[in-house]
Amino acid sequence: MYDVIVVGAGPAGTHCARKLAENGFSVKVYDRRKSIGEPKRCGEGLGENAQELIGKIPARCIAQRIKGARLYTPNGKYLETILNKGAFILERKVFDKWLAEEAVKAGAQVQSNTFISDFLKDGKIIVGVKGEFFKEPFEEKAKVVVCATGAESSLRKKALNIHSPINLIDSCLQYEMSGIETEDDFIHIYLGNEIAPRGYCWVFPKGDGRANVGVGVIPGKQKARYYLDKFVNSNPKLKKGSIIEVNAGCVPVGGLPQNTVADGLIICGEAANHVNPIHGGGIKEAIISAQIAADVISESLKNNDVSKKTLSKFNDNWWKQRGNHLKKVEKLREVVEKLSDENLNDLIGVLTAEDVVDFTRGEKLSTFAKILMRKPKLVTLAKHLV
Amino acid sequence: MWTIDNDKCMKCGGCVSVCPVGALELKEKIIHDRDLCSLCKSCEKVCPVTAIIIKD
Repeated sequence: MYDVIVVGAGPAGTHCARKLAENGFSVKVYDRRKSIGEPKRCGEGLGENAQELIGKIPARCIAQRIKGARLYTPNGKYLETILNKGAFILERKVFDKWLAEEAVKAGAQVQSNTFISDFLKDGKIIVGVKGEFFKEPFEEKAKVVVCATGAESSLRKKALNIHSPINLIDSCLQYEMSGIETEDDFIHIYLGNEIAPRGYCWVFPKGDGRANVGVGVIPGKQKARYYLDKFVNSNPKLKKGSIIEVNAGCVPVGGLPQNTVADGLIICGEAANHVNPIHGGGIKEAIISAQIAADVISESLKNNDVSKKTLSKFNDNWWKQRGNHLKKVEKLREVVEKLSDENLNDLIGVLTAEDVVDFTRGEKLSTFAKILMRKPKLVTLAKHLV
Repeated sequence: MWTIDNDKCMKCGGCVSVCPVGALELKEKIIHDRDLCSLCKSCEKVCPVTAIIIKD
């Protein structure tokens, strides 16, 4: 029996496990994949300030250092900003394993190739998990279970009926490409209703003519693949490249749940839809979510009380620290997705790139609202923002 | 009728994320529970590579 079982060895699961182990609790982490960190379902971008939570990221986990961002409007013009603190394009295959190793160093146990199929329950209280390792069934008990499975697991549905409704999820496809030309120290984001409806195309350089080239779009008649191929083929610097890896995935773009706890359970990270609703970034949100979960669980275990009521501090703390910001970002997304290409060209044209970065953090949205109000047809949208 | 092309399927699990009734699971491939499925077509809509096709 463990103090905590964590299901999922992505950034949320391993960071949560590490923090719990550092606090002296016994933790076991399970992951259904044979190899932690693969396949990647991610553009691999992460702001440098994540190191404040996870420590200095080793060079082997980093494919490229990023100093700035370029945001392209449908007319092909771009805003450029140099980021205050830089960012990395990671090699998730290496990064995720490093995070797992840090958890192991702190005293956690990790086991990959393990599918967790359901919870063990005592009435309504979750008291462990059941699963398979090499197809051999097993059961394991714990005082608390952390569901850090990401969005694509039925466990979160089984636990608390959480899913990502079809209107609140984007469908994504990515080619890791080689032999392309790009500005290596910038991330490139492309907006446009014909380019990526309710989403964007991205080029995230990984150095030496390599980059993650991807798209996220609203699910609809035309699939992510249609938009990605159109984007690559319309860009000679990309079209000449080769595809060395194909990644697919879907990302929640809102629907932040009020409650993700039960007796003996916390759901955190992307499994709880803790993702930035406008840029789809999940690594940082996963780590913060996991940190809050680890703090609440540590406190609860010390007081021998892992009831829903006590674990609900996770909901309170997460909403205070992240949820209220991300709710504003969700509203921003709801506005931006209604803008025509002409609007995007005009409105983004009058902003600075620094403004845009603030908006994606849920800050200074009144600035954007004021600009929207200059156009009579957009006044309703402006009111939605404030 | 719910069908999937397992060769096209990227095993990304997007369909699992979106299913409102928990009829899908991702193990070595996507497992579909016909009894739970309400044929809402969310999974077909969200799949980035058109692996899932729901035929009438």
